[in-house]
Amino acid sequence: MAGARHQNVMPGDVITTGPYRPEEHTVLDGKRILATAVGVSEIRDDSVRVVPLAGMYYPRVKDFVIGKVVSHTSLSWELEINSCYVGFLPASDVFGRDFSAHADDLTSHLAKGDMVAARVANFDRTRDPLLTVQDRDLGKIDIGELASLAPGKVPHLIGKNGSTIRAIEESCRATLAVGDNGWVVITADDPDGLLKAERAVRMIDEGAHEAGISERVRSMLETG
Amino acid sequence: MGGRDTDVVLLDENGVRCDGRRIDQTRRVEIRAGVLRNAHGSAYIEFGDNKILAGVFGPRDVHPKHMSDTDTGILRCRYHMSPFSVTERKNPAPSRREIEISKVIKEALEPSLMLEKFPRTVVDVFMEVLQADGGSRCAALSAASVALADAGIPMRDMVCACAAGKVADTIVLDVNNEEDQAGQADMPVGYMPNMDRITLIQLDGVLTPDEYKRCVRTAVDGCRQVYEVQKKALADRFFGGGGKEGSGDGA
Repeated sequence: MAGARHQNVMPGDVITTGPYRPEEHTVLDGKRILATAVGVSEIRDDSVRVVPLAGMYYPRVKDFVIGKVVSHTSLSWELEINSCYVGFLPASDVFGRDFSAHADDLTSHLAKGDMVAARVANFDRTRDPLLTVQDRDLGKIDIGELASLAPGKVPHLIGKNGSTIRAIEESCRATLAVGDNGWVVITADDPDGLLKAERAVRMIDEGAHEAGISERVRSMLETG
Repeated sequence: MGGRDTDVVLLDENGVRCDGRRIDQTRRVEIRAGVLRNAHGSAYIEFGDNKILAGVFGPRDVHPKHMSDTDTGILRCRYHMSPFSVTERKNPAPSRREIEISKVIKEALEPSLMLEKFPRTVVDVFMEVLQADGGSRCAALSAASVALADAGIPMRDMVCACAAGKVADTIVLDVNNEEDQAGQADMPVGYMPNMDRITLIQLDGVLTPDEYKRCVRTAVDGCRQVYEVQKKALADRFFGGGGKEGSGDGA
């Protein structure tokens, strides 16, 4: 089994017994490296990982995420980020240092149901992920269509050096904000372009593990 | 020793059982993964005449909050028999037996799951028996494991389950309802095939130490057969039935 660069795996499958470092979605059992999720295994340089085809988003610091406001307290918003944990966006991050819980109304900036582009500022096992919008291109999303795909398939949507997403954006004359949590906001002037971009995202979600998916998406974009 | 009086010939002189199987043969097993849209993961199993649906939610917030564990995620399992799953209407309230089976299935799945990766969360597994025919806990456990894999919950290995037992003084694989009622022993076994670990073992009946060992070995052989069906169900769901070749189209 060892030696294959990519293979379809299921939980418990032995990926390799070679001297590799077990990374995401793998576990070391004696000398064997086992897969812990259904997906495609990758042996790269000295490490082994599995790109899962199912499962929720697990936050990591510096990840770019698309979130949806689900509720707020007097000090912060809670954002659904397609994860088992809710994202936590402090009010001071939006209002600035002179934020006052008495004087400022949180709903004046972000109300329930609003979409937000944010970055994970901090996250560990003990508390929910802390989000920030203090960076370029972050903050409330006013327009766009929300699409989603499995978080593990986000690299397939982006493609090698961003080739796939660039092809989609150019062909559909659309802009795609791709969250690492698998949520994608598509904006386009032309409704046909929007639908085409949505179809491309759905194609990648359904067939990311199949050989030549990038080429098939490109041919779909060309033929319409 | 053991077993009720019955007119049914459980094992004839040719080694053929009451339903026509050989002693080392399981009933027909079929599993489909991803059958429910609203659950995060799901599976449907037909194990002989057993028909069971399993649905998984999570990891998600724990309610009630006091049940949450800051060190690890927790697992909750509910095995339930529908009122129409047996010949006499079954009261839908959880019975003593269902509570026991929920508990043993939870404990059989736990070693396979890596819930320590999701502290303060819960994974809920619901198993609904639509039709029961003996060995439903093994069938439910096998379906639950496929549903958990379908939901993408990290797991060290799959858990497959099959029973063995003693019928007419012979160790047989996968006892059915008649054999369970009239046989001498029934032993459900849950097994992690790649880790080679048993996660569930129960025994109803009396066996000698030698029979016990043979019974475990027989059940584990059955588990391996169920494992192949589980793998096929997941391959059909995620790889369109494709084999091991992989793709290599990643970024």
